[in-house]
Amino acid sequence: GKLTLLCDANTDGSFLVHHFLSFYLKANCKVCFVALIQSFSHYNIVGQKLGVSLTAARECGQLVFLEGLKSSVDVFFRTQAEPHPLQFLRSANAENLQPLYEFVREALKPADDGEAAWRCPVLLVDDLSVLLSLGMGAVAVLDFIHYCRATVCWEWKGNIVALVHDSGDTEDEENNILLNGLSHQSHLILQAEGLATGFCRDVHGQLRILWRTPSQPTAQRDRSLTYQYKIQDKSVSFFAKGMSPAVL
Amino acid sequence: VTPSEGASGGPGREWEMESVLALRGLVLLRDSVEWEGRSLLKALVKKAALGGEQVHVLGCEVSEEEFREGFDSRVNSRLVYHDLFRDPLNWSQTGEAPPGGPLGALQVTCKRAGPGPVTVALDSLSWLLLRLPCAAICQALCALGRQHARPGGGPAGEPVRVLGLLHGELHGPGPRGALSSLAQAEVTLSGTGGQASAHILCRRPRQRPSHETLCFSILPDLSLDLQGGPPLEPHPDPHRPPVDPTTHLTFNLHLSKREREAKDSLTLPFQFSSEK
Repeated sequence: GKLTLLCDANTDGSFLVHHFLSFYLKANCKVCFVALIQSFSHYNIVGQKLGVSLTAARECGQLVFLEGLKSSVDVFFRTQAEPHPLQFLRSANAENLQPLYEFVREALKPADDGEAAWRCPVLLVDDLSVLLSLGMGAVAVLDFIHYCRATVCWEWKGNIVALVHDSGDTEDEENNILLNGLSHQSHLILQAEGLATGFCRDVHGQLRILWRTPSQPTAQRDRSLTYQYKIQDKSVSFFAKGMSPAVL
Repeated sequence: VTPSEGASGGPGREWEMESVLALRGLVLLRDSVEWEGRSLLKALVKKAALGGEQVHVLGCEVSEEEFREGFDSRVNSRLVYHDLFRDPLNWSQTGEAPPGGPLGALQVTCKRAGPGPVTVALDSLSWLLLRLPCAAICQALCALGRQHARPGGGPAGEPVRVLGLLHGELHGPGPRGALSSLAQAEVTLSGTGGQASAHILCRRPRQRPSHETLCFSILPDLSLDLQGGPPLEPHPDPHRPPVDPTTHLTFNLHLSKREREAKDSLTLPFQFSSEK
């Protein structure tokens, strides 16, 4: 089970989220998507361009979708016996994200009958930085990911992909703790950055790929690669630095 | 054996790392996202276990299986893993979580040290520092140094060695300074161009602290391979001579003799002269 960390700085890294969502759905994995930023239809429209139908996946049980924007309202207007996954929105001093973890656990737990309808479970989160804006502390978010790692990655050999924003602001201590804390636990870090020289029509940004093995010694090899990219309607094209077709 | 301070020679360097490995007390391993320190921690754990010591590991960040990966049976038999990874905060309510939470687990790990030399590995100290007050951790670490007296009033046993993995970017200067003051040695990991290096700061009693920087690598069987001196600067590419930017210009950068004379005889506006 691997933890992949997506982070963006000075640019919008959500194209990576859309990529991993369609990638894992096409690979026949069971996916739990905690979508706090956009609506279901937004992800569905982009998913269709990438060749997957989220509606169909949700109906057949392959995709469990927590639509943060819609269900956050339920926290206030519906009284439920068991805590809502976004219960922390309601309580003044929410200490932890245990209800959200329990939701993920329930969504991805293997079927009792032992029949594996899908391949490995996958948790996708878009994104974790917004939890800080909603009042959770960095350690609470780290604890949530810790428990998800212990269950999804270690116990069920699944994967986790999470997006965190890098504000580049050294004053934002909570976000830095979250970003660095997660980086130390990740096996793969994909950093999307805007170009240092500013906005460009033909090169949308730069992607840095860093492989980490948190506990195995690394042989001498390229641990990090950098590519530049351009986002198109149905795909993203990558090229080596300075080699954009528009420039050559 | 007389210790050498900051020796500059092949044997001196190896001695420095060996002396760190032989030190009792707290040894901090500071790593970063780019240069992870868990494999060095595992290499030191392996060395301690093969040296006949009992090793207690408080594992917070990785599972027991992942930590034990790479160790052979000799090391694994001497390694006691205290699992704080699966359920550190007792969310599962199954009663398997360590009583007293993370602080209780830290104290238990420190107390379980039996007779004979013991090494305690904290993986990681950063995980504990984010969730426990710094003072409580420092107290637990200090208590480790004191509590190793044999029952019955006999001579005190060898002090416990504590290897603490610390992630450099996660903590402010306060906790870092507090732990530094308790540590007998600090090993800071960095590197250039694929080669890992360790900066070792040793504090020996009654001596000045000594610094040393070494290149090293961890072999697949988790043994430590020291490669001698400080990392070299990356060599400039020999195939590409340095480019002179003033060649092939479409404009003239140089002054002719007449232009130079005119420039030299110009009076600058801020210089006072009798004419102005």
